[in-house]
Amino acid sequence: MEHKLLKVDGLHKSYGAAQVLRGISFDLKRGETLSLIGPSGSGKSTCLRCLNFLEKPTSGEIVLEGERIGRTGSGRGERLMTDRELAPQRREIGMVFQLFYLWPHLNVRDNVALASIKAGGMHRDEAYALADEMLDKVHLRRKADEYPERLSGGQQQRVAIARALAQKPKLMLFDEPTSALDPELVGEVLGVIRELAEEGRSMILVTHEIRFARDVADRVIFMDGGVVVEEGPACDVIERPSMERTRAFLGQVGIGAGLSK
Amino acid sequence: MTTVVDILPHILALLGDGALTAAQIAAGAAAIAFVGGLVLAVVNVFTQLVAVRLAIAAYTEWMRNVPALAHLFLLYFGLASVGVRLTPLAAAIVGLGLVGAAVLCDVFSAGLRALHVGQREAALAVGLTPLQALRFIVLPQVLRLTLPAIGNYASQLVKDTSIASAIAAPEIMFFARNLVTSTFETPLIYASAIALYAAIVLPVSWLFARLERRLAAAGGMGGAR
Repeated sequence: MEHKLLKVDGLHKSYGAAQVLRGISFDLKRGETLSLIGPSGSGKSTCLRCLNFLEKPTSGEIVLEGERIGRTGSGRGERLMTDRELAPQRREIGMVFQLFYLWPHLNVRDNVALASIKAGGMHRDEAYALADEMLDKVHLRRKADEYPERLSGGQQQRVAIARALAQKPKLMLFDEPTSALDPELVGEVLGVIRELAEEGRSMILVTHEIRFARDVADRVIFMDGGVVVEEGPACDVIERPSMERTRAFLGQVGIGAGLSK
Repeated sequence: MTTVVDILPHILALLGDGALTAAQIAAGAAAIAFVGGLVLAVVNVFTQLVAVRLAIAAYTEWMRNVPALAHLFLLYFGLASVGVRLTPLAAAIVGLGLVGAAVLCDVFSAGLRALHVGQREAALAVGLTPLQALRFIVLPQVLRLTLPAIGNYASQLVKDTSIASAIAAPEIMFFARNLVTSTFETPLIYASAIALYAAIVLPVSWLFARLERRLAAAGGMGGAR
């Protein structure tokens, strides 16, 4: 029995000469919430996007429940999967984007239900019932018939979360889910994410909301320059960082080491 | 002596036949242009192969920079000289269709590039295949974005059917010129021809305008993406 849900080993990503990821390794237990923090350009979003192969890693292994993501064959026959081959693997991984990317030509219910019908093989009624259930989870069932442009940013992001939840994913990825929101809308999105963490979902969260990461994440990884600088239980890394670079970063974002509860 | 009133039914009957032919040419060419343009644009935007992109660029440049009339002559007279005989109608449909495919390829390519890449990424992330992402997410939005340009092209196409008279396709201007030669009722005949073109183009423009309004009302494309 595989103990870890996700294993990431030696992830590298380069764009030409620019090395964005330089050997990232970590793993995730089932039901665990992991937060990736670090300065802009540290590679945390790229790392997240490699996990479902929206970015193709230059090298490294990603294994979800014993299944290798994005690569097939072995030895000389090894190659990257095509997007078509990746589709079933990506269905196991829900992703929430910084800019929501709801589909503007579909109403909220169709946004959430589309993949269940087209990729999950569900009947329309079943998919709509599931969509309504997921919209309940993000407290937006009343908006099911609206089009995305009629919703606030916070509501759009919650619909995007419902869309990912409808995949019944083994793993949820959040890529700076509140960075594009007006300050007064951040809370409602964080509230939903907190509820999901408390349900015991397996999640990886890239965020600039350091306090939120401390409160919600089980573990935190601090990245800088494409490497993991420090990793550990959320409270330890954020309140008692052991590395000078972590302390400097936390200082810059206004959280001195020894943050009071 | 015959009067204008005597020959008017005759004029209108012939020009009416011509209008039907013009509509056939426009519809056939539009179908080729739409399907061809869409396929070329999708390949153009998503292929990794530089040679394919160059070939498509060469095709669209060539088609748009040579007068359509020259293409019709090539298809009708040129092919005939090597033993392939197209009817004037077929030559007109294929010729205008191939030119239109180049025009719409540019339109759709621009639309595909204008759509935020995140729209497609979100579709792949939920587990759709690239083809499903194209069909359910990308193309519906690109068609809305490009609808005004497609409408312009459609109106232009109806007017361009007039050049098919040069290869003796029996459309409006073909009959108009013949009628002028036999009756000398020049103003009446060309005025009728103009009225007929308007009678085809105006409904087409109206249809597209209506479609744009309906899609706008159906929500979803005006705001932030």
